[in-house]
Amino acid sequence: YVSFLWSYTKKCVIIILSLNVMFLYSASQIQTVTLIPGDGIGPEISTAVMEIFDAAKAPIQWEERNVTAIQGPGGKWMIPPDAKESMDRNKIGLKGPLKTPIAAGHPSMNLLLRKTFDLYANVRPCVSIEGYKTPYTDVDLVTIRENTEGEYSGIEHLIVDGVVQSIKLITEQASQRIAEYAFEYARNNQRASVTAVHKANIMRMSDGLFLRKCREAAEKHKDVKFTEMYLDTVCLNMVQDPTQFDVLVMPNLYGDILSDLCAGLIGGLGVTPSGNIGANGVAIFESVHGTAPDIAGKDMANPTALLLSAVMMLRHMGLHGHAKKIETACFDIIRDKKVLTKDLGGNSKCSEFTKAICQRVRDLD
Amino acid sequence: MINYIYIYIYNTLVTTYRLISMQLITYEMLMLQPPPAKYGGRHTVTLIPGDGIGPELLNHVKEVFRFSCVPVDFEVVHVNSALESEDDINNAITAIRRNGVALKGNIETNHTMAPSVKSRNNLLRTSLDLYANVMHCQSLPGVQTRHKNIDIMIIRENTEGEYSSLEHESVSGVVECLKIITRNNSLRIADYAFRLAREKGRSRVTAVHKANIMKLGDGLFLQCCREVASGYPDITFDSMIVDNTTMQLVSKPQQFDVMVMPNLYGNVVSNVCAGLVGGPGLVPGANYGRDYAVFETATRNTGKSIAGRNIANPTAMLLAGCMMLDHLRLYDYASMIRNAILTTMNETRLHTADIGGQGTTSEVVQSIMRNIQSKGPLTTDL
Repeated sequence: YVSFLWSYTKKCVIIILSLNVMFLYSASQIQTVTLIPGDGIGPEISTAVMEIFDAAKAPIQWEERNVTAIQGPGGKWMIPPDAKESMDRNKIGLKGPLKTPIAAGHPSMNLLLRKTFDLYANVRPCVSIEGYKTPYTDVDLVTIRENTEGEYSGIEHLIVDGVVQSIKLITEQASQRIAEYAFEYARNNQRASVTAVHKANIMRMSDGLFLRKCREAAEKHKDVKFTEMYLDTVCLNMVQDPTQFDVLVMPNLYGDILSDLCAGLIGGLGVTPSGNIGANGVAIFESVHGTAPDIAGKDMANPTALLLSAVMMLRHMGLHGHAKKIETACFDIIRDKKVLTKDLGGNSKCSEFTKAICQRVRDLD
Repeated sequence: MINYIYIYIYNTLVTTYRLISMQLITYEMLMLQPPPAKYGGRHTVTLIPGDGIGPELLNHVKEVFRFSCVPVDFEVVHVNSALESEDDINNAITAIRRNGVALKGNIETNHTMAPSVKSRNNLLRTSLDLYANVMHCQSLPGVQTRHKNIDIMIIRENTEGEYSSLEHESVSGVVECLKIITRNNSLRIADYAFRLAREKGRSRVTAVHKANIMKLGDGLFLQCCREVASGYPDITFDSMIVDNTTMQLVSKPQQFDVMVMPNLYGNVVSNVCAGLVGGPGLVPGANYGRDYAVFETATRNTGKSIAGRNIANPTAMLLAGCMMLDHLRLYDYASMIRNAILTTMNETRLHTADIGGQGTTSEVVQSIMRNIQSKGPLTTDL
């Protein structure tokens, strides 16, 4: 009997030790992510996302930072140094909506972030949400937009009174970078084809350069199918049959228009996730809707956009299991239609919606 | 006594009639005057077949016009897009200058050729200063679409903006493309938009722009629109940023009435609207200048993949032909052909493949001609 007791104790000790080791192992897997709540409804939806991640037991630790622009030495506007340092250290960020005050003197906050971290690619996956009906079903595409140059370089001149010139800048380096990223993304996410969107029949040299770089990247990634299509043809076909598109890569302006078009297909900016990829491995995931100051603080906001961006972030970090769990819970709650926020057609509060998702996440475990 | 009263009434009536007719004459002079008919009431119109499905569709237009005894003769000018020299397109431009009106298919731009070879269509538009591209998107009851009750007029600046074709490579690997916005052209297109809105009895004009990013360029365009809007107090004017516009178009297109915008946004928005009402085969487009007018399909597709297979939709090109007849003041012929087309589309429901049917182009054209014969006054043999 004593020997039995001894072997039993040994087994218990071994189990407890291995559990400790496992705990330590997974504890070292907890990753820190910089969280930028933002303005308006930002703090509410950020809290909602943190709650849901907590319920899902995702190994994420949040570090909250504020990015209101401050004027650095020399009068140049920049984001606070602690925010920059946190982002550089953690490499991954989640951002809520930021407001740009009109007469503040500093450029838009999004522009500042983009320049600080060289966020060159904006990725927006648009997938139809089963519970949220739009005239378009079965949408499943990704728009990858070059985010640093193109028509939005901000270089404008008044040549003579009444004649204005805006410069659209296309560089070889930026085009190559975005084309490479598009094919890498397609490969990593098992997407079958990449389509380059351009207007090279009119803008021969600029879009021609972009197209050449896309073709070169296609040569290096023969496993992904490559097609090219004019912007107007893409628009025409997109509103008739969006299922024919997979990954779209394009310069800045076309990307802006098309990504918002695709967001409109699945239900608007309130349910669309978005991610910005920068140089040096930095990635900031954000919700693209506005700050909605009219409903701020009233517990009426819809956290879906930020939540789906956070799910995109989990996938980027390789935590596919947790990502799938949270995403499934979110879609299930929307499909059930029992607890929905006002913009989705219901009249529940943000906190009720969040609790429902948390409960579903725990049930899925 | 009674005689004096009669004379007085008669004089008043005559003066009123004269005043009204003078106003009408001045009003008509403000609008574009079509060229007078030459040679015994028959107009001559330049026809540019273009590439892809252009030649076959324009042949069908000629067939329908000949069948309906429309007093229009076509002067065909071919433009070879494979050549680098611009002689062909210059001949076409001269022909249009001579005749004043043209009907054209889209000329392909091969972008593997050198960048100095510019788009022929663009060259035509800028040389003739066809500053307004007008497109009317209407939901047709016979066509299945996701959105119903769409009725949008799109007026797009056609000569400048991003299509100025001014590009240079200052440093190797860095290309600059210039987008030019001028005050004169913006005022001109805004004025055209408001005049058209008033003429058609529309209540709202929306300017589409991206002035939050391109502050000087689109800011100037928006300012010009606002200036012109102040002269038309009966028409509501508002503005919308282009990405929000596309989002609204795919969710609630019924909110838009008349839209005016610079060149590139016009390209995007017109293609989105054409897609919403059923596709590129249904909507005609017109390019108006001060002295010339050129009619074509609204989305300007060459349709290379469906060329020569008898499956293209002839509706857009035929409706463009009707717009041309309206422009030439041959209203009766225009409405006769248009009614026949709409009857085929909505009642007989003979559709081509692009709108979900199985008819061929020739079947649709035959059906249209049968409709014309049954309702029209005089036709040749089928």
